[in-house]
Amino acid sequence: MSSNVRVSTTVNGEPAEFLCEPRESLLECLRDKLNLTGAKEGCNDGNCGACTVEMDGRIVTSCLVLGVEAQGASIGTVEGLARGSALHPLQTAFLEQAALQCGICTPGFLVAAKALLDHEPDPSEDRIRFWLATTLGRCTGYDKIIRAVQQAAREMREVKA
Amino acid sequence: MHSFDYAAPDSVSAAVSLLAANPGARLLAGGTDLIVQMRAHRREPGLVVDAKRIPELSALTFDSGGGLTLGAAVACWRIYGDAQVRAVFPSLVEVASLIGGTAIQGRASIGGNLCNAAPSADATPLLIALGATCRVVGPAGERAIAAEDFCVAPGRNALADGELLVSIHIPAPRPGSGAHYLRFIPRNEMDIAVAGAGVSLTIADGVVTAARVALASVAPTPLLVPEAGQAIAGKPATEETFALAGEAAKAAAKPITDMRGTIEYRRHLCAVLTRRALTAAARQAQGVH
Ligand SMILES: Cc1cc2nc3c(=O)[nH]c(=O)nc-3n(C[C@H](O)[C@H](O)[C@H](O)COP(=O)(O)OP(=O)(O)OC[C@H]3O[C@@H](n4cnc5c(N)ncnc54)[C@H](O)[C@@H]3O)c2cc1C
Ligand code: FES
Repeated sequence: MSSNVRVSTTVNGEPAEFLCEPRESLLECLRDKLNLTGAKEGCNDGNCGACTVEMDGRIVTSCLVLGVEAQGASIGTVEGLARGSALHPLQTAFLEQAALQCGICTPGFLVAAKALLDHEPDPSEDRIRFWLATTLGRCTGYDKIIRAVQQAAREMREVKA
Repeated sequence: MHSFDYAAPDSVSAAVSLLAANPGARLLAGGTDLIVQMRAHRREPGLVVDAKRIPELSALTFDSGGGLTLGAAVACWRIYGDAQVRAVFPSLVEVASLIGGTAIQGRASIGGNLCNAAPSADATPLLIALGATCRVVGPAGERAIAAEDFCVAPGRNALADGELLVSIHIPAPRPGSGAHYLRFIPRNEMDIAVAGAGVSLTIADGVVTAARVALASVAPTPLLVPEAGQAIAGKPATEETFALAGEAAKAAAKPITDMRGTIEYRRHLCAVLTRRALTAAARQAQGVH
């Protein structure tokens, strides 16, 4: 029986600490120890993207990361998108475009899309579709999601200009 | 998941000591195979050794001759994020961009793809085609293994107890050479190859001077097909020539029938993918885009 390990990490810009067993995933640690329940468990094997978070600037499926691997890392979750009560442009665009129904896949889409727009402010539709192919949704259809990402990208570029 | 211990050594020698002292221990690169397998109870190592804090396994360096040394744990995104790799090894960039999707590429490594030894591994046939060699270190010292000899059975590689893959060396491309990997999947993304073909070739004055072809998903391990290269060496770099290599690949393939495809289908795919991959590699070799 392996014992608990203390993990010091940064989550959404704030220092965070938790104790976990090596077998616990980062997803479990975020949800069950840090009470950040935005990231969801869908497949638990890397295929659905519901658990997507940012780790050191790249998106990863947190079900396929061990909690102990977060030692010293910088993690970004959907909870870190809004600034207080001000929603991130992607969140606003998802609402305006009705890009969600049940909402289970939404945190994954938001985190993945944010990472794309951070790296590439003006992605083509094709690029958005391939980038988001790691995230599965079942109720809304992907078109509204793509349109919401395009809208947010436009708005974010205008704010910068 | 079963209970296990975790260690994150910061040197190759410390990792080798840990592996040697804990039979059955597994190295953790991106975890996109290992964690899935542990969760499904297909592998239950008592110790998981994180590779990502070992500098040599995370390094990506070009040598003076233009060859690439790829640390075994370098994640796919770093490969396509590197301007020099993009310029010198476009085929490697393509493969790094098609393993899983963006979130998988944030973690998955080429070394892990190779070590996992899946018959369907997408990077391995390309490594074989590019003539890559694997630098392995273990309790008895260091050795080099050719990429085509690295996988020995489904899920089994050539590493002995206590050994780990440190890096993969890919020689500098020769003038007039090109390489390409093509796979067939029913979807556009996020799927396992029904068949795949990794190729490289060199062309001088319109004639193929050398070629290597390796296949995915049509044998217990990724498969080098020397006959395909031999079939076209010395012949004009044309579609008809590349079709000959395709026929040789088809003849060498030893696929099985499963839910992804039948034996006949996979053999047919080998011919088509080999011909098309060689055509694409030839365009690259001749500077046509
Ligand atoms: C959703 C999803 C989609 C995928 N899509 C694809 C795909 O399209 N194509 C494809 O080929 N694969 C795919 N895979 C499989 C996997 O992502 C790749 O094989 C990947 O390259 C594995 O790399 P890794 O760094 O994650 O390996 P890990 O999981 O860390 O390691 C894999 C195995 O190799 C061993 N190992 C790792 N590094 C070393 C080393 N340096 N020395 C000794 N042993 C080592 C580990 O112990 C383990 O057994 C997919 C996986 C998922 C979950
Ligand atoms: S829960 Fe992690 S990818 Fe589905």
